[in-house]
Amino acid sequence: MDFMLSKQHEMARTLFKEFAEKEVKPLAQEVDETEVFPRGTVEKMAKAGFLGIPVPKEYGGQGCDPLTYAMCVEELSKVCGTTGVIVSAHTSLCCDPIMTYGTEEQKQKYLVPLAKGEKLGAFGLTEPGAGTDAQGQQTKAVLEGDEWVLNGSKIFITNGKEADVYVIFAVTGVVTDKKGRSKKLISAFIVEKGTPGFTFGTKEKKMGIRGSSTYELIFTDCRIPKENLLGQEGKGFGIAMHTLDGGRIGIAAQALGLAEGALDRTVEYVKERKQFGRAIGAFQNTQFQLADMATKVQAAQLLVYKAAMAKATQKVYSIEAATAKLYAAEVAMEVTTKAVQLHGGYGYIREYDVERMMRDAKITEIYEGTSEVQRMVISGALLK
Amino acid sequence: MNIQDYKGVFVFAQQVDNELSGIALELVGKGKDLAKDLGTEVTAVLVGSGVKALADTLGEYGADKVIVVDDPELAEYRTEPYAHALSSVINEFKPEIFLVGATAIGRDLGPRVSARIHTGLTADCTQLDIGDFPINPIPGKEQLHNQLLMTRPAFGGNTIATIACPEFRPQMATVRPGVMQKAPREEGRKAEVIEFNPGFTPNDKYVEILKVVKAVSDVADIMDAKILVSGGRGVGSPENFKILEDLAEVLGATVSCSRAVVDAGWKPKDLQVGQTGKTVRPNVYFAIGISGAIQHVAGMEESDIIIAINKDETAPIFEVADFGIVGDLNKIVPALTEKLKVEMANK
Amino acid sequence: MKIVVCIKQVPDTKGGVKFNPDGTLDRGAMLTIMNPDDKAGLEAALRLKDKYDAEVTVVTMGLPKAEEVLREAIAMGADKGVLVTDRVLGGADTWATSQTLAGAIRNLEYDLIITGRQAIDGDTAQVGPQISEHLGIPVISYAQKIEIEGDSVIVERQFDDRYHVLKAKMPCLITALAELNEPRYMTPGGIFDAYNAEITVWGRANLVNVEDSNLGLKGSPTQIAKASDKVRKGAGEKVNLDAAESVDYIIDKLKVKHVI
Repeated sequence: MDFMLSKQHEMARTLFKEFAEKEVKPLAQEVDETEVFPRGTVEKMAKAGFLGIPVPKEYGGQGCDPLTYAMCVEELSKVCGTTGVIVSAHTSLCCDPIMTYGTEEQKQKYLVPLAKGEKLGAFGLTEPGAGTDAQGQQTKAVLEGDEWVLNGSKIFITNGKEADVYVIFAVTGVVTDKKGRSKKLISAFIVEKGTPGFTFGTKEKKMGIRGSSTYELIFTDCRIPKENLLGQEGKGFGIAMHTLDGGRIGIAAQALGLAEGALDRTVEYVKERKQFGRAIGAFQNTQFQLADMATKVQAAQLLVYKAAMAKATQKVYSIEAATAKLYAAEVAMEVTTKAVQLHGGYGYIREYDVERMMRDAKITEIYEGTSEVQRMVISGALLK
Repeated sequence: MNIQDYKGVFVFAQQVDNELSGIALELVGKGKDLAKDLGTEVTAVLVGSGVKALADTLGEYGADKVIVVDDPELAEYRTEPYAHALSSVINEFKPEIFLVGATAIGRDLGPRVSARIHTGLTADCTQLDIGDFPINPIPGKEQLHNQLLMTRPAFGGNTIATIACPEFRPQMATVRPGVMQKAPREEGRKAEVIEFNPGFTPNDKYVEILKVVKAVSDVADIMDAKILVSGGRGVGSPENFKILEDLAEVLGATVSCSRAVVDAGWKPKDLQVGQTGKTVRPNVYFAIGISGAIQHVAGMEESDIIIAINKDETAPIFEVADFGIVGDLNKIVPALTEKLKVEMANK
Repeated sequence: MKIVVCIKQVPDTKGGVKFNPDGTLDRGAMLTIMNPDDKAGLEAALRLKDKYDAEVTVVTMGLPKAEEVLREAIAMGADKGVLVTDRVLGGADTWATSQTLAGAIRNLEYDLIITGRQAIDGDTAQVGPQISEHLGIPVISYAQKIEIEGDSVIVERQFDDRYHVLKAKMPCLITALAELNEPRYMTPGGIFDAYNAEITVWGRANLVNVEDSNLGLKGSPTQIAKASDKVRKGAGEKVNLDAAESVDYIIDKLKVKHVI
C-alpha cells in the first residue's frame, strides 16, 4: 500500500492547482455575488481537457484514472465550490452513465462531445416528491411507436439550464411481486436540450454554490427517439444508484477541497492577525483547533483517494464512496464553520471567502445522497 | 589571442533613424571613466547609413575617437550586417573593452558578436569597474590587474554578481539605459573620426525587412515605466489625481495606483499595483497617500527607489520606503512639480 | 516541418536562491519551473504544429532533474524530448551553454529553432543568438508574432519604439518573448502520456563539432568574481519637514540617485 502519489499525479495536481489559482480563484467571489454561471471558465476547462478526465481517449476524453479526476474537483473546489460541482455533475453524473451503459452510437453521439467539453451534461433524478425516496418517481415515459413520451418534472438539477445533454429517469412500468406489492420500473433516458416539450422552470436561489445553475426541468409530452433509452428498460434505478456511487466520490472531492481551502486560508490568517500584541496563531486554543481541523482534513483526503482508487480497481465501490462522501462532507461543514469562527468578525465578511466556503459546504451533506442515506448504505453493508 | 594586443575602451554608439540613443552617450560617459582608469582612450563605434554627422555629438560628450561604419546595408538595424560591422571593427582595432547598450538592439547584437569573436559577454550590468581578478588574491593563482569587473543582478534580482572575463578579449558588457551617466557636454570638442567599411555582401544570414511599424504613443503600461507616481486613498478624490499627473508629466513618469483607488472607481484596474494588480519594478516609485498594506507592497517592493509621502508617520509604507516624507501631499506634490520644472529647464 | 525548441528548467526565483562554494548556482536545491519566455516559445511552436502539422522536439541542458520540464512540454503537446546532461557541462556561462546546445542540435533535423528571449535566472538573453551564430543561421530576436510562408518565416520583431516585420529563410532561429502568447495548459491525459514517452538523453560524447575547451566551467570566458544575496529592502530614511524643505529633500535625493 503506497501512500505516495506518483510523479504523474503530482504533476496533474500542479496543473489543476495552477489552473484553479489563475483562472478560477479571481472570479470566485463575483460568481457567488452575481450568481452568474461561469461559462468562460467552463470553456477554458474544456480546452484543457478537464471535462472528460476519466473518459477513455477513444471517446474524446483524457483517459485518466478516477483519482486524477477527483484531484481536479478537489483543487477547483479549494478556490470555488461552484466550479468544482460543475465538473463533478457533468463528469460523474452524465459522462459516466453514458460511458458505462451507453450503446456505441450513444457514446459517439453524446459522450464524445461531452468529454471534449463541447457539450455540458446533467443528471435528472430528483423530483418534488422524490428526494431520498428516489423510488417515489412520478415522471413517466411511455413508448409510442418510435418515440418515448416524457411527462413530469425534476427539481434541484445541477447544471440545469446550462447543460446540453441530460440523463433523465422516468417510470416506464409497474410490477407486482409475489406478495402483491407493486414496484415501479424506472428507466434512464438521454434527453437533449431544445427537444420540444422540454422546458425549464424556476432557477433556484441557493445558500451556496450560487454560481451553479440549479433549475427545475419540465417535461410536457416531450418526445425523444427510441434510441435514447439508456441501458436496459426497467433497469434505470440500478443505473441511477451506480451512477450516484461515482458521483459521491466527486462530491466527496468537492467537500474535501472546500475544507482544504478554508483551512489554508485560516492558517494564513492566524499568522497575520494580531491581537494582544501577538499573532492569534500563537494562542494554544487556535493551534489546537487547527490541529484538529488538519487531522480531519487529512483523514477525509485519504478516504476520498481510497474511494477513487476503489472505483479504478473494483466493480462495486458503494461503501467506499459512501464513507468518503459522508466523512468529507461533515468535515467540510465543521472545518469551514470553524474557519469562519477563527477569522472572527472578518470571517463574516464576504470578501474574506471563508463564509462562502461555509455556505458552499452545507450542500455537500445533502445532495447526491444525504448523510443519512450514506449512513443507510454503510450500515446496510455492515449488517448484511 | 594575445591579451596584450588589446587596448582601448570601445562603445557601440546606438543610433535609430539617425538619432543617437541616450544609451550611446551614457556609454561614452562611462567608457571615458574606464579609459581614464586604464590610461587609454574611449572610442565610439557608429554604425548606420548617412550617420557621419553624429560623430560630432559623440565627440562633445567625451569620445576621443569615433569609428564610423557607414553603408546603405546598415540603414535600418538588422542583426547580420551590424554583427559583421562590429566584429570587423573588433578584429581590426582590437579593443580590450567593448560596451553595448542593453536595449532591444544591443541584447540581440551583443551576443551574436561575442559568439562570433569568441569572448565573454556579461549582460545588463549595473556597475563597471577596473580592478583585480581574483578580487582577493588566491595563493597559487595569478592575480590579474586592470580587469573589467562587471556587476549585475541575477536570479530575478535576488543576487548581485560580479563577473570578469580574464582570458578573452574584448571584455564585453551590455548596460541598461539609465544606469550610467553621460559626461557633461563640451561644446565644440572634436573626436578623431576614422571611417571603416569592411564591405557588406548580403548572405543567407541577412533577413529582409518587409515593414517598419513605429509605435503609436499609447497609454503607457505601468510595468514598462521607469518612474511611477502612484496614488492611494490619501489622494482624496479622482480630481485630485491631477497633482500626481502633473508630477508624472514633468518627470516623464506614469501614474499608477493602489487597490483602494480602483475599488473607489477613481482609476481603472490596469493601473493597480499590488498583489491583485500588477507587480512593478521601476527605478523610482513614488507612493503618495498610500498606506502600504502588505498586498500593495508585494507589488512594488522591488522598485529601486521608493519615495513615500504620507501624513501618517506610522503608515507601514515607511517600513519599505528608501526616503519617507511625513507630510501633506497636497502641499508637497504641487510644490515638487513646480520646483522640478525649474530644475529640468536648467539642464 | 520540424521545429526544435530550447527550454530551460529554472529556479522559481520567488523562492530564494542557493549557491555552491565556487559561486555557481546550486540548482538541485531549489523549486523549479519552465522558464516563462521558453514556455511562450514552446507555445508558439505548438501553434505552428497545430496549423502546419509540424513536429516539435524540445531540448534542454541541465541536471537529470531537468527531465521534468521536458515531460511538462510533452504534456503540453511536444512530440519528443532531449535531455543534454553531463557533469563536464556544469557551471557553463552563455558561451559554453550555447556551444553545448548547438552541439546537441547538430544531431537533429530542423527548419526552425525557437528559444526564449531570456531565462529568469541568468537574465542574459544571450544563449539564443549565440546558438544561431554557432550554427551559422539567421536569428530574429524578440519575436512578437510568427508566421510561416513557404520556406521562410515572417516575424514581427519588437524594438523599444517600433517593430519590424522581417522575412528570413529557414533554417533560422527565433527568440520568443513571454508576451508573445498565452501558453496552453498541459492536459491531464497529456501528463500521463508524457511520462510514458521516451526521453533521449545525451552526454558530452553526443555533442557534434564541439571542443572540450568550450564546455562547462572551464570553457566559460566569463567567470564569477563575487556573488552575494541582494539585501532585501528595509526601511530607509524618514523625515518630518515642512513642505518646502520636503520638496528640497526629494529633489536632492533624485539628483543623488541620478533620476534627474
